[in-house]
Amino acid sequence: MLAKRIIPCLDVKDGRVVKGVNFENLRDAGDPVELAALYDREGADELVFLDISASVEGRQTMVEVVRKTAGEIAIPFTVGGGISQVDDMKRILRAGADKIGINTAAVLNPQLIADGARRFGSQCIVVAVDAKYNEAWGEWEVYTHGGRKASGIHALEWVRKAEALGAGEILLTSMDADGTKDGFDISLTSAVADAIRIPVIASGGAGTKDDFVEVFTKGKADAGLAATIFHYKEISIPELKLDLKLKGVEIR
Amino acid sequence: MAIAIVDYGMGNLHSVSKAVERLGVEALVTGDRAEIMKADGIILPGVGAFGDAMEHLRESGLGDVMKEAAAAKRPLLGICLGMQLLFGSSEEHGQHDGLGILPGKVIRFADGDYKVPHMGWNRLEFLQKDNPLLAGLAEGHVYFVHSYHVLPEVKSDLIAVTDYGQPITAIVGRGSVYGMQFHPEKSGELGMELLGQFLKLCAERKNDHSLEQSQH
Repeated sequence: MLAKRIIPCLDVKDGRVVKGVNFENLRDAGDPVELAALYDREGADELVFLDISASVEGRQTMVEVVRKTAGEIAIPFTVGGGISQVDDMKRILRAGADKIGINTAAVLNPQLIADGARRFGSQCIVVAVDAKYNEAWGEWEVYTHGGRKASGIHALEWVRKAEALGAGEILLTSMDADGTKDGFDISLTSAVADAIRIPVIASGGAGTKDDFVEVFTKGKADAGLAATIFHYKEISIPELKLDLKLKGVEIR
Repeated sequence: MAIAIVDYGMGNLHSVSKAVERLGVEALVTGDRAEIMKADGIILPGVGAFGDAMEHLRESGLGDVMKEAAAAKRPLLGICLGMQLLFGSSEEHGQHDGLGILPGKVIRFADGDYKVPHMGWNRLEFLQKDNPLLAGLAEGHVYFVHSYHVLPEVKSDLIAVTDYGQPITAIVGRGSVYGMQFHPEKSGELGMELLGQFLKLCAERKNDHSLEQSQH
């Protein structure tokens, strides 16, 4: 049986970690490579880098960050943010990333999922979905452009389509739960997990260790992703994993 | 000591070579026969399709170099697709002959309740606890990504399995030839330990070898 995964997410801009990181034992808390190596040592099962650079130079820097990270860590990692072409994917994968995350670009051009999967294999293609509950629909809607634009697309429909096109995984962020620390969006996560067979990474809302237990059991998620609670040591990964193990969750 | 990482145009060799370097051993990414045969150990990595990989190995002549290295009892480690290539044949997109260094075949996961590819952290079960590759190690999780798996013909070649609806071949070995279906370079501490064990076997062989030579 596969172990449930704990995934810290690092926002990187122009080669530096943003959204302050609070680690005393880092020489340079803004260095994504050093932070990645620390999370590897702490027992993170995977990492996600979200490149929020707006410039071409910033994106070039990201390739260098990926290359250095691949040499320093012994766990898989995904790179997302601003990837809109197969050539972008190739550059990042060749630099040593294991998977590519695509979000807005996939909504605008779903063929990108199929092209990427055919070229590099489904296991390399993670489709990131930002979803928000739409009261009028009584269902979740997909948002693009970092959550700024409503797409008019039903989230459950979109993840099914992404799977059919060859996505290897869905990184599902609940915009309703994100930032609240009130727990993952269990109804959204379990609805998505029931709709598809590929793994679901739940994101948004984690505040306590029990939130992870809940998302892995009731939420049926395969992985749980969080950023600030790990960066600020509100939850330590070794303690979280021990806790999950004690509660009967299969963990590495 | 130096390890040759065989470059035959398949997959990303950067992570494997860096992992070897982190363990304090020189890693030489090369497709040159002389360099490969001179190295103290050989790693055959691989990501991609079996048929493409065999074609690359045939065209470059590196397939023969692998057979020659195995016959000369050079320590050889196949990783992921690299392990599958060591076997006799594969049914990935048609029938393909493998290197035939170990007897057995590569088959697709049967359709069922289990998702394909088998991707993620799964637990190793050691079948040969006294195998030198596993010396001092405890069972734990390692990182798999594959849609096909190996059925070895000879039971004693099977060193470790993992459970994915059925026991799946995870580590194989015979003499100086080893294979790992998972990615040791992506498998955290246990992965690095397993890679380290292989490097240790390479070092031991090198020492035995130089001892023999000095006695002659």
